[in-house]
Amino acid sequence: MNKFSWYEAKSVEDALEQVNSTLSDELYEPTQKASVFKSGGIDVFDWVKEGLLKPQKIINIRNIPGLDQISYDRKEGLHIGSNVTLAEIASNPEIKSQYLALHQAVNHAATPQLRNVSTLGGNIAQRNRCWYFRSADHDCFRKGGDRCFARHSETGENENHAILDNGTCVSVHASSIATALMAFNASVVIANAEGKQKTVQMDDFFVSAGEDIAMENILQAKEIITEIILPPPSKNTKSAYIKQVARESYDWSLADVAVVMEVSGNTCKSASIVLGAAAPVPYRSVEAQQAIESKTINSDNATAAAKAAMTKARPLSKNDYKVPLFVSTIKQTILEIA
Amino acid sequence: MDTRKEKFPYGIPGHNLSEVEREIPVEEPPVWPINDKLKVIGKRVTRIDALEKVTGKAIYTSDIKLPGMLYAKILRSNVPHATISSIDISKAKSLPGVHAIHLIENTPKEGEENSTGKYPMVKYVGQPLAGVAAESLEIAKEAVSLIKVNYEKKPFVIDLEAAMELNAPIVFDAPITKQQDGGDVGETHDGSKGEGNVRGPSTSSFFGGPRGNLEEGFKEADVVVERTYRTQVHTHMPLETHGVVVDWNADVMTVYASTQNTAAVRNEMASVFNLPKSKVRVICEFMGGGFGAKHSAGSFGPMAANLAKKTGRPIWLMLDRQEEHLAEGNRPNSIQYLKIGAKKDGTLTGIQQRSHGTAGVGLGAGVGRIAQILYTCPNFATEQYDVLTNAGPGAAWRAPGNVQGAFGLEQAIDEIAEKLNLDPLSYRDHIDTSEVRKVERQRGAELFGWSRRKPAGSSKGIVKKGLGVGQSTWPRFVSLDSSVEIKIHKGGGVEIRSSVQDIGTGTKTILAQVVAEELGLQVKDIKVNIGDTFFPVGPGSGGSVVTGSITPPTRNAAFEAKTALLKLVAKKWETDSSELVMADGQVNHKTNTDLKMSFKEATKLMRTSQISKIASRSDDYGGFQQPWGLAYGDLGSVQFAEVSVNTDTGFVKVDRVVAAHSCGRPLNIGQLESQINGGVIQGVSYALYENRVMDNSTGHMMNANVDQYKVPFSMEIPEIETVIVEEYSGRSSTDAYGIGEPANIATAAAIANAVYNAIGVRLYEIPITPSSILKALSKVS
Ligand SMILES: Cc1cc2nc3c(=O)[nH]c(=O)nc-3n(C[C@H](O)[C@H](O)[C@H](O)COP(=O)(O)OP(=O)(O)OC[C@H]3O[C@@H](n4cnc5c(N)ncnc54)[C@H](O)[C@@H]3O)c2cc1C
Repeated sequence: MNKFSWYEAKSVEDALEQVNSTLSDELYEPTQKASVFKSGGIDVFDWVKEGLLKPQKIINIRNIPGLDQISYDRKEGLHIGSNVTLAEIASNPEIKSQYLALHQAVNHAATPQLRNVSTLGGNIAQRNRCWYFRSADHDCFRKGGDRCFARHSETGENENHAILDNGTCVSVHASSIATALMAFNASVVIANAEGKQKTVQMDDFFVSAGEDIAMENILQAKEIITEIILPPPSKNTKSAYIKQVARESYDWSLADVAVVMEVSGNTCKSASIVLGAAAPVPYRSVEAQQAIESKTINSDNATAAAKAAMTKARPLSKNDYKVPLFVSTIKQTILEIA
Repeated sequence: MDTRKEKFPYGIPGHNLSEVEREIPVEEPPVWPINDKLKVIGKRVTRIDALEKVTGKAIYTSDIKLPGMLYAKILRSNVPHATISSIDISKAKSLPGVHAIHLIENTPKEGEENSTGKYPMVKYVGQPLAGVAAESLEIAKEAVSLIKVNYEKKPFVIDLEAAMELNAPIVFDAPITKQQDGGDVGETHDGSKGEGNVRGPSTSSFFGGPRGNLEEGFKEADVVVERTYRTQVHTHMPLETHGVVVDWNADVMTVYASTQNTAAVRNEMASVFNLPKSKVRVICEFMGGGFGAKHSAGSFGPMAANLAKKTGRPIWLMLDRQEEHLAEGNRPNSIQYLKIGAKKDGTLTGIQQRSHGTAGVGLGAGVGRIAQILYTCPNFATEQYDVLTNAGPGAAWRAPGNVQGAFGLEQAIDEIAEKLNLDPLSYRDHIDTSEVRKVERQRGAELFGWSRRKPAGSSKGIVKKGLGVGQSTWPRFVSLDSSVEIKIHKGGGVEIRSSVQDIGTGTKTILAQVVAEELGLQVKDIKVNIGDTFFPVGPGSGGSVVTGSITPPTRNAAFEAKTALLKLVAKKWETDSSELVMADGQVNHKTNTDLKMSFKEATKLMRTSQISKIASRSDDYGGFQQPWGLAYGDLGSVQFAEVSVNTDTGFVKVDRVVAAHSCGRPLNIGQLESQINGGVIQGVSYALYENRVMDNSTGHMMNANVDQYKVPFSMEIPEIETVIVEEYSGRSSTDAYGIGEPANIATAAAIANAVYNAIGVRLYEIPITPSSILKALSKVS
């Protein structure tokens, strides 16, 4: 770990004035002069401890007033401040009753101790967990290197890696909470140094590896997430979330699925189906959505939708098990709605 | 030697308990009856240091803080195979706070590889190259990152099968003799035979060599099972990492060490630094686990001492988790070919075994003696090969070899049973001659509900249930280097001293129990001072030797001290000491109830301030099977596993394990259960979770942490129930043996057999993962 200075940001404006880089920029092309945001600090300090991030300054945004609120209104929907902890989300009764899939996703993320510290803003902005990307001894594309070690058909250790959209980078996004957020059509509110704000759909917040290998989201150096907004559910909205892990006690997702549906009786009116740990960013399965929309929710239709979701899957040398795993998980998640 | 004859309890209470007459040395104590009739032994006694441990008061090696102490960090290679052309330490040296840098250099011995060149050849990622001592750990780490090593890289090989190819990069081009630390005795060969990276074979053990005629045996067979099994590399992951604090002053080198073997560390440090053993003191008061990997001073011990020498200051050197995974031991992997033949009536006619495994740059990847001895088969042969690879050296790992071997053997036995249309449990009744395992099978099966078992693959639904069984054997080893001093202080106070360490198994507590039982006191009355080489020498905690080795001399010394004390009381009461007994904190006359005195009062009769008696482990009553300390009998076990397999997702969950074990006379039921629980948990982990993942193109371990190297947590742990079978054989004054290793052997095999019972398809490789289950079910190619 290198020496760095510490800055306690007092406001969003103050933080934006201090910041000069993102983790993504600094990991891709290290300057060792970066001033970066730290919220819960879980991910930031993991990179620092690995020796891959050597910031000059850590800007602690954790104590900025006003970013730690949850509010729910039947018309306005749900507003979650970027500094709200995962534990606070997990224990919020309105989120549990109105946004069940989000409640479930948060409850199955990380560990109780980590949830006490991790924030929602930090969670969606965290970098992926590919063990090559996280290793100082493996200079991969995402760190400005010339190779993808994981993809190699003989030596790539890719059992946890992507089966969809894996043409450029084969990592999977680390946030299993984003799977649920995207299924709820959440949007991210981002403020910049000019004092402007923009609201971006979750689908547009994440950046595919093909678009920009250095990035997993659109955040630029002088931008900060202030809140995440989920539209209000209707009384016919139903949701479910399932995460598959090697160890139940705590583990990173091998396959997770969030389904949000508008139903009429037992028929699906419209569906939002998102897969986590399938692709370098949370993956909306348009195929699965189309396959189930206006169909009765039953085992056959759920299976058909699950299979449709996997038509574009291109497993790597060691992760073809993920295809049946997703088929089973998508099917189960859809059936939870019924 | 003067002897007398005594009758000892013999056999299994509730089954076949009888008596056996033994000739024993006159000075040894009279026979103990079975546990039912004892007060402290065989009971559930709370660990004497439980409170200190759970309240954080226990001082472990890493907690040691000495005046002027410096912190050290080791620089490790980040390439798997190279010669080092130069090392530049200039930047590190000038970093403020750095006090010394020690480079590991070649000490050329004639005829050895690497005898040229300044620095040793790099053979694996994580090999120690240098160490830095600094005012803080942070500074030491930064200094390490400033050392520049110039490597001339060489081709390397990581994968076991790739290393077996004749054209593979050669890891060592000369004979090697580096046995794994605390390696399994009797598996070894000298590493000189073989071609390329393949060394061996080892064809015999202390139980002998090949038997009979395999060809004839297989000719007689009506059924034959021929399979290849694979097991993974499994690192140790003790919660406390390896490390030492070395305080070297003019008179004595004191080494605080996290070790399973204080005496061995003392011997190594004395030998490396050319000191008399009397001037090296190794102390290990509390230990956070070792599982076989902590028998030696490693390279970190001498490194810390060298830095202490250079700086004149105490040195703290504890490793981190990554260093643990890379360089401080692992259970070698294996590819085991097994062929077993049996007649229609089940009689085994031949067992043939051939195995290859890699302990990285070390030797010792054999798969144990389990195929050789678990079942009596007249025709047997094994060839066990070591394959050298560019990876960290293996180390003994809880029942070295046997855990791998049991995974193969116990599945093959199940397959034979199935071919013969026999229940796997009753088939074992037929071929297993062990009386204790017979009782374990009966009692275990009843508790487990074995009768619920259905034919393989008949479980309905997506989640299928299965039941399986696996057996094991482990020798009863005795270390004759087991001595204890018992002191009775005038005015009260009883003390036990030995260099033997308590690695967390509860050794301190059982020693206190033995002495309390002998002196008629309570456990809390006994102070246990162990884990210090300035005390009488004790055994290393390996081979499950500790309990069987150190409790008899403990009892004997306590008996001698008691006899000395009783003589004083007898003199006062003008009677014979043989008329006196000690019980409930009192000295009593056997017949004259008026004559009684508290223990404390009795000690006031002492003319000097202490009675001190030292006793050492003598040969087993009736002698050893092998003179160096292989006792008769075995530590047999039978484990039952119940699993659920999700055939859609491939996830396996172990729901329940019943573990039936024996270890002679049980001393402390609670601690025994703890050991068995621990063994089962590690077995579950071996079967389903843990796996060292290495990238074959870079030679790096990808999961050298606690996040991606998957050990089980609370929700992965099955319900575990234990059956403890008391088995008396009248072999020593306590007739007790250990349990550490046996607890870990059969679990993976039982789980694999249960998985087969659930899904009707057998898995020949661990860890069993969603991927391997879905492959077995042909859901993926
Ligand atoms: C062992 C382990 C298991 C885990 N398991 C899971 C899991 O199963 N599912 C899951 O979803 N997560 C999991 N996590 C992630 C964890 O829950 C945290 O969400 C995550 O590490 C980051 O949260 P943080 O608040 O600590 O972010 P930080 O480390 O503070 O920040 C992360 C990144 O976000 C940036 N950032 C933070 N806040 C803002 C903001 N307001 N605006 C712009 N940029 C910002 C930082 O600069 C940094 O780049 C796990 C983590 C660990 C260590």
